[in-house]
Amino acid sequence: MAVNSKKQEVLDPVEEQVKRNIIMTTIEQALDYSRAHSFWPVTFGLACCAIEMMAAGGARYDLARFGYEVFRPSPRQSDLMIVAGTITDKMAPLVKRIYDQMPEPKYVIAMGSCAISGGPFVDSYHVVPGADTFLPVDVYLPGCPPRPEALIDALLTLREKVKNPKVVMETHG
Amino acid sequence: MAKMMPLDEIITELTEKYAQQLIRVEESIDAAIRVQAQQFFQVVKELKEEYGLDFLADLTAVDLEDGSLRGIYHLMSWKPYHLLRVEVDTSGENPWLPSLTELWPAANVQEREAYDMFGIVYDGHPNLTRILLSEDFEGHPLRKSYVIKSRRK
Repeated sequence: MAVNSKKQEVLDPVEEQVKRNIIMTTIEQALDYSRAHSFWPVTFGLACCAIEMMAAGGARYDLARFGYEVFRPSPRQSDLMIVAGTITDKMAPLVKRIYDQMPEPKYVIAMGSCAISGGPFVDSYHVVPGADTFLPVDVYLPGCPPRPEALIDALLTLREKVKNPKVVMETHG
Repeated sequence: MAKMMPLDEIITELTEKYAQQLIRVEESIDAAIRVQAQQFFQVVKELKEEYGLDFLADLTAVDLEDGSLRGIYHLMSWKPYHLLRVEVDTSGENPWLPSLTELWPAANVQEREAYDMFGIVYDGHPNLTRILLSEDFEGHPLRKSYVIKSRRK
């Protein structure tokens, strides 16, 4: 039994355990917290950025430390699309279809300069100038290709965004 | 059976046989011949069946910038080892070449790629459609006359 010596006030032991062990929150915040800590990315890559994505999922960089390693082979089980690579005109409708098959809530990371803007192929004849021309991109991850650490940083940036849906993130620019 | 003879002799034999239609490409470091489109299929068939150059290593094309296109073929023989380049010119306005799918099924996709990029029509091809670019793409982007429109935002 805890005793406050100054006021000689005795706390109820049950009340004390409640204060120690129970966090009061809203259901929305609890859901956002859960979503932010276990993204299930859909397994697909378009170019060399996908190699870095695979490295990030492998043992050396170990994306599993953050709970994001469950790459799902079906878009129906995924809530995150990492657009890793060059999107060509021929591939764009298929990328869109995979995105449409994912259930809400869902997020998009544009990985590498090709997915951001078309990259070195922006003046080419068959390359889409960025994933944001047809997808709602949440996080832009620059690099050509970005290192696995950068992908992890992008996922942590997305984590902050999902945890605080109404706050505009300024720390990550 | 294939004749076992040096590549140089093969070329000499062919230039004598097709005096008007076939020449040795002198400016090339590698062994190369240039054939007219009408004799092209016959020459390649002969190279495959009689001289043992029975492996189609590569099939592509090039825009010569003088209004004509050139089909490029690399034929190989493993025993004895030969590598021969066969060139065949066609007009840029109405590019036409015989298809080699009869001799090598592997020519199928490579001819579709050359059609896609250069617009060369391969006569006798079973399914000459675009392979890399989307179906509604206009033009043939590896032609020198093709103008790329910038899509920067």
